[in-house]
Amino acid sequence: MARSVTTQHKTIATIAAWIVALLIFFPILYTIITSFKSEQEAIQGFNLIPSGTFESYSEVQAQSGYFKFFLNSVLLSVGSTILALLVAIPAAWSMAFSPTKRTKDILMWMLSTKMMPAVAVLFPIYLIFRDAGLLDSRMGLMVMLMLINLPIVVWMLYTYFREIPGEILEAARMDGASLWNEIIYVLTPMAVPGIASTMLLNIILAWNEAFWTIRLTTTDAAPLTAFISSFSSPQGLFWAKLSAASTLAIAPILIMGWFSQKQLVRGLTFGAVK
Amino acid sequence: MATQQTRSLARFMMAPSVVLLFVWMIVPLALTLWFSFQQYNPLNPVRDGFVGLSNYALFYSNPAFLQSILNTLVLVVSVLLITVIGGILLALLIDQPMWGQGIVRILVISPFFVMPPVAALVWKNMIMHPQYGVFADIARFFGAQPIDWFGQHPMTAVIIIVAWQWLPFATLILLTALQSLDGEQKEAAEMDGAGFISRFIYLTLPHMSRAITVVILIQTIFLLSVYAEILVTTNGGPGYASTNLPFLVYQKALLEFKIGQASAGGVIAVILANIVAFFAMRAVGKNLDK
Repeated sequence: MARSVTTQHKTIATIAAWIVALLIFFPILYTIITSFKSEQEAIQGFNLIPSGTFESYSEVQAQSGYFKFFLNSVLLSVGSTILALLVAIPAAWSMAFSPTKRTKDILMWMLSTKMMPAVAVLFPIYLIFRDAGLLDSRMGLMVMLMLINLPIVVWMLYTYFREIPGEILEAARMDGASLWNEIIYVLTPMAVPGIASTMLLNIILAWNEAFWTIRLTTTDAAPLTAFISSFSSPQGLFWAKLSAASTLAIAPILIMGWFSQKQLVRGLTFGAVK
Repeated sequence: MATQQTRSLARFMMAPSVVLLFVWMIVPLALTLWFSFQQYNPLNPVRDGFVGLSNYALFYSNPAFLQSILNTLVLVVSVLLITVIGGILLALLIDQPMWGQGIVRILVISPFFVMPPVAALVWKNMIMHPQYGVFADIARFFGAQPIDWFGQHPMTAVIIIVAWQWLPFATLILLTALQSLDGEQKEAAEMDGAGFISRFIYLTLPHMSRAITVVILIQTIFLLSVYAEILVTTNGGPGYASTNLPFLVYQKALLEFKIGQASAGGVIAVILANIVAFFAMRAVGKNLDK
């Protein structure tokens, strides 16, 4: 009796959840489907079964050079993440292992820099970039993305490092390990998972950043965010091609995102929800 | 002696982050403040100079200003309502035992990973387009007139798009909080004869309260600066109907080259963000003491 009720409950929950989930996912799904249609099919009304042509994909590459923007996105997100890690790892490390009275204040202050609205400093940054010749340069944008995400990176690393038990350090020290050995053989293996998670989340955030990447680039350094925004003009309205470009722009990060759900929660709530 | 050494080492290790963030925070902000008291036009530098508070007066008396503040608030509040209530309901649903829970989670979280310009374009052209969009197809199927979303209801359209992007985030975080709820407590409440509603009100909701606070605060930070979605869909229009504060500042600065007024708008945006940040910091800070 009780068993049948549970099965019934489970069936209803399953059906309801799948309907809602598919509705939420629908815009993405429909974009992927449309990307495999021809332009003719794409505007012929609602249709879930594409003819399966790859026409739009090859056209996106041929006409607008998708690959260059893709490469810029990879360079910018990975580059800025590595820069951020280089700067943040020592900081998070020292805050986690030798905290002082001011550690908490420093962390809070770092977080507060994240709350500054980008648009408020748009013009000064624009001016600085222009005068330094950094407009539309990958290096400038990489530094910019690094600065934007640095607080989150420090915070995330800090919450991971804090979970490494300090006693292990003491034990290693007792055994006569030097500071260098301690870092290489004891701490690094324990810190790698946290660093990897931080890296993953930060690449996602940098990939999707859509204010500075649009405003500070024109052609050379433009990543996929800028590329896609250029499709908003009327002459760019080709449904199948737009869908192919969109699919290409989100696919890598969507797949990465699926693997980083846990880290996402932790990173974006600054460790407040685990 | 050792501690002295450790301490200076710690300071040395922290220095790059602190210095970088300090410069990143202070320099542009100081420049914005400086420009907000200046007449500055890169195209016509003849009348440049100190003008006191007149930029603020000009920005404030612009009819678009009040509209943009109102739009900013409407956008933030509506999206918060949709995502928090929707997120709680969705989290409760997904938390039920079911088949394929992992896949459901993946489907629901996906919109969060879609970059804003893509989300906006997909909704604009594939879903809400008055002629070729899915909504139009549905309307025609029922014999109704398709709605011109971006012409007639621009704010509603932007709200729907932004809510679609943030609902997954709220759901994921609330679900995480929900799953950390002690199973024994739930069982005890069930044994005591508490129904679903009272269990939700007296047990689940209090347990999720911190997660809800965090969701509200973090989303507010991002929602206050929604930009790409408006740029790609309505471009702030028709008129100023869907212009929010960040978009207005962008228009003033990079389209009209009224740098002084744009900076005054920027300062107002900073003040607005600071009010929110004040509460955000307290909530996150409390967690650190634990």
